[in-house]
Amino acid sequence: MQELKSGTRELMQFYDCDEMRDYFRKKDKSLRSKLTTVSDAVKNLISDGEYIAVGGFGGVRIPTAVLHEIVRQRKKNLGLSGHTATHDFQILVAGECINRCDIAYIIGLEARGLSSNARKAVETGKVKVVEWTNAALAWRYKAAAMGVPFLPARNMMGTDVFRYSAAKEIECPFTGKKLVAYPALHPDVGIIHVHRSDIYGNCQIDGIQIADYEMARAAKKLIITTEQIVPTESIRNDPTRTIIPYYLVDAVIEVPFGSYPGNMPYMYYSDEEHLKEWLEAEKDPQRFKEFLDKNIYNVKDFYEYVEINGGLKKLHKLMQIEKLTKEGR
Amino acid sequence: MADYNSMELMICVASRFLENGATVVVGTGAPCAAAMLAQKMHAPNLMAFFEAGAFAPILPTMPISVGDSRTFHKALMASGMLETMEACQKGMVDYCFLGGAQIDMYGNLNSSMIGIDYEHPKVRFPGSGGANDLASLTWRTMVITPQDSRRFVEKVDFITSPGYLTGKGAREKAGLPKGSGPYKVVTNIGVLGYDEETCRMRIESVHPGYSVEDIKKNTGFELLLAKKITETAKPTEEELRVLREQVDPYKYIIGRG
Repeated sequence: MQELKSGTRELMQFYDCDEMRDYFRKKDKSLRSKLTTVSDAVKNLISDGEYIAVGGFGGVRIPTAVLHEIVRQRKKNLGLSGHTATHDFQILVAGECINRCDIAYIIGLEARGLSSNARKAVETGKVKVVEWTNAALAWRYKAAAMGVPFLPARNMMGTDVFRYSAAKEIECPFTGKKLVAYPALHPDVGIIHVHRSDIYGNCQIDGIQIADYEMARAAKKLIITTEQIVPTESIRNDPTRTIIPYYLVDAVIEVPFGSYPGNMPYMYYSDEEHLKEWLEAEKDPQRFKEFLDKNIYNVKDFYEYVEINGGLKKLHKLMQIEKLTKEGR
Repeated sequence: MADYNSMELMICVASRFLENGATVVVGTGAPCAAAMLAQKMHAPNLMAFFEAGAFAPILPTMPISVGDSRTFHKALMASGMLETMEACQKGMVDYCFLGGAQIDMYGNLNSSMIGIDYEHPKVRFPGSGGANDLASLTWRTMVITPQDSRRFVEKVDFITSPGYLTGKGAREKAGLPKGSGPYKVVTNIGVLGYDEETCRMRIESVHPGYSVEDIKKNTGFELLLAKKITETAKPTEEELRVLREQVDPYKYIIGRG
């Protein structure tokens, strides 16, 4: 057998599985209302220095209201799981809230281009990074969700992504094959936006769930924003569709259009004009500061943010684009 | 000159490599258009995965994100990312399409950084996303990219997605699934493949209006030559009609050609 390699970076976030069993044993599993406000959820559940994970896919089904509130409350030194982190990463870097990131995909906004501000933060070392891949981070959530210390897989080996990761190679006890071992990733706080939840946190998601099934089960604390609060009766009538059960959840906040300017499948498409404004504003520091004041620091809440960017009329257009009754993408 | 642009040409050429009944993971942009064109031309049962969890959609228009709602419009399944990645890992996915800032003679791709000091990159790019996963775990990696010697380099600054690494047998030695690896590189000048013995990139066909010399001039390393180098068949009228009218009517992608 050849020598087994290790990635050269330090693991940013790891909890022993027995420590996590104790934690989850003590977690309150009573069926109680988790309803709160965005501001209280951020104040009470996210502390400076903690490690967070954001659900959705960067610009799809993202919990924008919570991300903006993290910036407004000027949270500092957070760690982030950068599992296709696009607009979410852009927001958190703009607020200078994160100082480290496990990365699969950051800086870019897919086909829209790159965030110059986010890029600068990584190039100058303001945000320290450790390399992973989308599958690797999802498997790390899955290991955590399973309650085991690691999961084996067959990607990443032989590349610089492995070299600058904190993964390890192992030998398969059955086949002798070389495998990569991914350490369980328990974020301190997960934040997920969903289509429907009841007051207890039983959640349904329409369309792809990306890695939210796993991430919800891996996170120590979980904040849910939801397009609408529904009666528990409607969850009970269709329990097959419950992706996240209430006992994982610590906070539930009803935030209609809460993924804006991101896409919310079956409801509204992403606001490409506004996302472009973000990218443009970043090119000039003074202009970007004014842009952030206007859109985040000087607005009271998420409603006001939507209002100043076109309000109901804009949302109506995004609904039409999503439903293919109006051209656009 | 023919009445098509280089993006249209690359999409048409790439689409011909995708056979009916195959499975492919596609991203946004040209790969998505190539898969859609193949479905409408010769491969109605070409099944497309998107990495965020969609399977076999009927795309109403070009998605802007590989996780947006277009990717699972009238799909057979809207699942999660690990469904796609695990399908790849267990050998069910024939092709993936990737790109990058740099590619070398073994098909190794860099989409992470320019520079040699990891702590101080000259330019930082987004990173792997799902690219390393797909290059590691699908059977055949396809690349669609414009060709120039800044992109086709002797040595990539960072191996984000594995090609044949250092040559024949290196993937297997590293632990990657055997029999997998780079397949074709479709550029604006020609089609490149890989020599079976050395796993080095070779010229297989040259697009109309270009020469082998043009390909060599735009490559920063020595290319091998296939035994028989052909001229790429031009896009047919039918391919162009379907591409322009049905695949990308708003010219989101072919408008960049």
